[in-house]
Amino acid sequence: MFTLIKDSLLTQVRTLWLVFKKLFTKADTVEYPDVQPYMFPRWRGRIILSRDPDGEERCVACNLCAVVCPVDCIALQKAEKDDGRWYPEFFRINFSRCVMCGFCEEACPTNAIQLTPDFEMAEYVRQDMVWEKENLLINGTGKYHDYNFYRVSGMQIDGKDKGEALNEAAPVDVRSLLP
Amino acid sequence: MAKIVVDGVEFEVNPDNNLLQECLSQGLDLPYFCWHPCMGSVGACRQCAVKQYKDADDKVGMLVMSCMTPAADGSIISIEDEQAKDMRERVIESLMISHPHDCPVCEEGGECHLQDMTLMSGHNYRRYDKKKVTHRNQYLGPFINHEMNRCITCYRCVRFYGDYAGGTDLAAQASHHHTYFGRHEDGVLESEFSGNLVEVCPTGVFTDQAFSQHYSRKWDLQTAPSVCTGCSVGCNTIPGERYRQLRRITNRYNSDINGYFICDRGRFGYDYVNSDARLTEPSQQFDAEVVPIAEQELQSVLEEFHSGEGGTIGIGSPRASNESNFALRCLVGDENFYSGLSDRSQEATQLVLKLARDKVFHSPSVREIEKADAVVILGEDVTNVAPRIALALRQSVRNKAKELAAGCHIPQWQDAAVRELAQHDRSPLAILSSYATRLDDVASDCVVDVPAALVDTGFAIAASLSDLSGAPATTEHNAVAERIAAQLSAAKRPLIIAGTTAGQTGLIKAAANIARALSARSEAAIDLCLLVPEVNTLGVSMLANNDNKLSEALSKLASGAARRAIVLENDLYRRADSETVTAALSGLEKLLVIDQLPTATTSQADIVLPSTAFSEHEATYVNYEGRGQLSFQVHRNHNRALPAWRWLNDSEPGDVEAMINRCAEEAQGFDKLDDLLPDIKQFVAGMKVPRQSHRYSGRTAMRSQVNVHEPKQPVDSQSVMSFSMEGIPSASNATVLGSVWAPGWNSNQAISKFQNEINGELKQGHTGSLLIERTESVSSFYTPEAAAQESAKGVLQVAPAYQIFGSDELSARSHAIQQRMTDAYVGISPEDADSLGLKQGDSVSLDGNGTLATLCIRSRIRTGTAAVYCGDNQINPHSLGATLTLSKSETISDDRGISGLIVSDLYEEGY
Amino acid sequence: MFTLQVGSIFTIILVLAVVIVVAAMLIWVERRLLSFWQERLGPNRVGWFGLLQVVADMVKIFNKEDWIPRFADRFSFVLAPAIIMTVVLLSFAVIPFAPNIGVVDSNVGVLFVLAMASLGAYSVMLGGLSSDNKYALLGSLRCAAQMVSYEVFMGISLLGVVALSGSFNLRVIVEAQADGWYVIPQFVGFVIFLIAGIAESHRLPFDLPEAEGEIAAGYHAEYGGIKFGMFFVAEYVGLVLVSSLITVLFFGGWLGPAFLPPIVWFSAKAFTFIAFFILLRAAIPRPRYDQLMNFGWLFLLPVSLVNLLVTGAIILSTQ
Repeated sequence: MFTLIKDSLLTQVRTLWLVFKKLFTKADTVEYPDVQPYMFPRWRGRIILSRDPDGEERCVACNLCAVVCPVDCIALQKAEKDDGRWYPEFFRINFSRCVMCGFCEEACPTNAIQLTPDFEMAEYVRQDMVWEKENLLINGTGKYHDYNFYRVSGMQIDGKDKGEALNEAAPVDVRSLLP
Repeated sequence: MAKIVVDGVEFEVNPDNNLLQECLSQGLDLPYFCWHPCMGSVGACRQCAVKQYKDADDKVGMLVMSCMTPAADGSIISIEDEQAKDMRERVIESLMISHPHDCPVCEEGGECHLQDMTLMSGHNYRRYDKKKVTHRNQYLGPFINHEMNRCITCYRCVRFYGDYAGGTDLAAQASHHHTYFGRHEDGVLESEFSGNLVEVCPTGVFTDQAFSQHYSRKWDLQTAPSVCTGCSVGCNTIPGERYRQLRRITNRYNSDINGYFICDRGRFGYDYVNSDARLTEPSQQFDAEVVPIAEQELQSVLEEFHSGEGGTIGIGSPRASNESNFALRCLVGDENFYSGLSDRSQEATQLVLKLARDKVFHSPSVREIEKADAVVILGEDVTNVAPRIALALRQSVRNKAKELAAGCHIPQWQDAAVRELAQHDRSPLAILSSYATRLDDVASDCVVDVPAALVDTGFAIAASLSDLSGAPATTEHNAVAERIAAQLSAAKRPLIIAGTTAGQTGLIKAAANIARALSARSEAAIDLCLLVPEVNTLGVSMLANNDNKLSEALSKLASGAARRAIVLENDLYRRADSETVTAALSGLEKLLVIDQLPTATTSQADIVLPSTAFSEHEATYVNYEGRGQLSFQVHRNHNRALPAWRWLNDSEPGDVEAMINRCAEEAQGFDKLDDLLPDIKQFVAGMKVPRQSHRYSGRTAMRSQVNVHEPKQPVDSQSVMSFSMEGIPSASNATVLGSVWAPGWNSNQAISKFQNEINGELKQGHTGSLLIERTESVSSFYTPEAAAQESAKGVLQVAPAYQIFGSDELSARSHAIQQRMTDAYVGISPEDADSLGLKQGDSVSLDGNGTLATLCIRSRIRTGTAAVYCGDNQINPHSLGATLTLSKSETISDDRGISGLIVSDLYEEGY
Repeated sequence: MFTLQVGSIFTIILVLAVVIVVAAMLIWVERRLLSFWQERLGPNRVGWFGLLQVVADMVKIFNKEDWIPRFADRFSFVLAPAIIMTVVLLSFAVIPFAPNIGVVDSNVGVLFVLAMASLGAYSVMLGGLSSDNKYALLGSLRCAAQMVSYEVFMGISLLGVVALSGSFNLRVIVEAQADGWYVIPQFVGFVIFLIAGIAESHRLPFDLPEAEGEIAAGYHAEYGGIKFGMFFVAEYVGLVLVSSLITVLFFGGWLGPAFLPPIVWFSAKAFTFIAFFILLRAAIPRPRYDQLMNFGWLFLLPVSLVNLLVTGAIILSTQ
């Protein structure tokens, strides 16, 4: 009988007491607009397109971010500059669909697309959440400062001839008989 | 059948093949690069290593290259063996040593055999710390991009380009790890099949330049099985669309027709679909003013035509589908329906159809053409009229080599050995032509003469095969004719090729005589391949009444006997001479023209209705052998264009399947057309097949700049396919093969997963229905016509010259094709040029009437012949007679010149 | 037999207004209290300490589309929220707030309250049935069974108090506690009444009719806008009612030391119980449905009967 009362009744009373005591503890809530929270650098917020250390657009329009996107909210079209670089003719992110999963950043082979700690992206009109390249492209390298895809890749562009990329020998002379 | 054991599992295989091919046939995953089902094995890449064991007791085994090892009975091999796997990983690691780290900017990325195989082999990190070998790229023309750094030296490109397609300007250069695949200098790749390098190359050395200009990854393309509309072969293709633009065409395997390859016209001739010139909305023309027509007014006009009051002449088209032509025939009635072919062409096509019903002949498919061991071509320039058949003919001459190899017990797949053995021994291929053709390099005999003399030679061949065939006047080619006759009668599977494009019905009759004579000897149906120029020439001819000639229709219209006409997707200025057409069209009460692009005929019309292009509607076409094929809609037309039959259909606006069924029921000779329609009930859960891949990206962003609220996915109520990702994609079931993909196989090499056996039929695939039944057996020979006569000096006999790039009306309006097109030209011999005082590249005036052309002096053209360029509307061949005269003109005809002309005998002074 | 004394029209309007405003304010009170107990802050943005949150909520709820599902039975669907609002408000007619504040001085006050409580069950049943929704139906099923059952123990637990005071008149009951609150002699009755009161107003932890996690808002799943608002506010009015009844029956109503006016004593006591009910919501999880019914019939019923018998015996023996 005693254990019954203890188990069924007194535990409930104890619960009530424990919860009641919380009335006098400090709330954990951070009052956000008044108090700005610390955002960690790798927080997955607003997506940007960055530039390489030379100031050129990093995105080469390989379409990997678009295909890895679970909500298919990235659309772009490849185009080619006169100097041989690939670039996106348009690059559109529908942020009203984006789930900030960061897969696009994981997939990006050129470190072009990056997620930033900015999360204040609410809009009154949903149409305003469709961002084009001019809204996305920043004038900096973002989180990754040194990487320049074209210095590593073998593709020839103006100012970087065949054989001048990382770990490359000068182009072969096919007419030569030397070993 | 042989039994082999792979990793402890027993398989029944064909012992005539190699282990790699048989493993792939069984659906096993085994990496490879250099082997290709059509090009055999050379053992260049070492990627397909497997462990082979002597017998069941052998536990050690030895590493062998599966592509170089026969699938002998009792073979015991292991793919999963650790040593074999390790070897494959090491091999790919060394192949990748100089790979340039540029997948993101490579057009092959995502459908790259090298990517697939690297993943399958397990290599992932470059340990080699020395420098990468690099190469300079070449300019290879407007079709192909070159990026030599990506090469893994599998030799597939040169084996296809040189050995298979007969190209001479691509070769392996340098040696060891400097090996370079390219031309001797920058320049346009000459072969008409250069586009296949894109699909043959396992990596991104050769990529599609036209596609690169509006590039999308493979998974982003909306695709459906389609049929090429470039010529009458009817190659199967997969067009791909993205962002409302048709972006590329790739080959779709069909075991009977194109196999693994298509020609460059088919691959690069699609861009007109995206053209800004496309007709977009129904319009009315008053004099020179074009105004859109209101919906209601349009209805009343259409009703007027539908009501059938008074005679309406309906002119069909060989480039319109069966359904459209049939709908027009239903609308105007049998007696008022015209095929839209020129008179000469119609006569020849009717002859072709007549022969197609004759029991003693057989229309060979492209695959069957490859099996022919003696071929004679009567007058046709096959490379320019039906390019894919020219490629097949190149394979047919190798049958001699295969025969020799069989005699020496060398397996057919030992490609290098077979070629080494045969050297220049080829099966006989005789070409009778008015000028040098692109197949001359593999021909055993070439007869170059004026068209009429070719007819005589044809009859002479027939005469030497059978006494019943009337003997022609003796020609100078009698000796050759007899030799050809002997070769044909000695052959196991002779093939005679003729067609309607040479402009001589006599050649078709001669071909029929030859085949009939051979048939009488062998008492079997003989392969008689009769070529027609356009995609549905046979289809429209089967629908039209034999007696309805275009000239009659035009004279009826000109005289006022008929006041109204409907012209269906046809530019009459390409079918009859310009004055007749203008006279006929100008005085009409109402001229309704339906077309995709504006033409000279649409500019004469009162009402122009836009129709959809080949990729925008589902349709059936009949190819040169009478094979009906179904082409699915790939994407929607976003303007007001409708399939032509929808404008014409007088009954319920039913769906296309209903239309095909109706055509099968009502049109004579089309009863098997409805066999082409796949039955959705047989699909998984009766679900549709998606046109978009399961990785189709950007769905919620591609239209969001217009409206962020995504529209409902468009519904295709008409076919078994859906315009979205919804449905069950065809995994290993090729009933509706919209895209070739299998898990782990992203490149087009995945086709092996859809084949019953490698190079064999597709699983559940439909190769089309042969519509024409051979019921008649008329065993009479044609009698030869009057012998050829020498023409007067300075008067040249006209021989039509078709060009793969330019002669087809629609593909000629594609950007990539236009870059390879030449001026309208007239080809004459150096002797004629001398006597006329003309030089290479001069502008000449034809018959002095102001039609301009560029002169092209060719070394292998008979004196007294003029090869007149057909197509692209610059010269109307119907305005010319059988002969013409030339005079020098000061005016330059066009800016393209003839420098891009690819003929094997371009005359160069000083040579 | 029974007598009625009706207060002035002014009193009626005053009571009605105060009860509704208090009930509405309870929405804010509850949210704030809950958040304190959960170490949060709760609504603190609208107005001083977030007090105007209620206004914002009301503006929102009044502006919502007054929507009736096509499949619902329109008449009873509209009737249901009106019933519950009416019966809980009517119950306040007999509550004596202070010696001179009250709407009706009835000698059957206790019975009236019980009667009104049982009418409330119809509202919930009608609401669930007319919604033509399986969750709503399940909710109303549970509610009907729960309310009918707990009404029994509620009534029986009251009888001890009635026996002690010798009257059904709530005002008489309050005055009878001048010497000592009935919570002391009737402690068991108080506990049973407390539990039954929670069950009657289907507040957490006995909110099985609307159990959000199981049957998605239950009987009012299909309601929206002001009709939902009526259900919502009626729940808080019910909470005030139960608290007031406990105050009146067991804690001496307005009685208290004279340094504060009687109405303040009444309010303070009632508010304490309201806060206690909110604490229950914050602390105790919802029991399973069969546990609730078993607890009622197998435990509360015998205990309340014993309580009544013992009370009766003691009264008889001391007379």
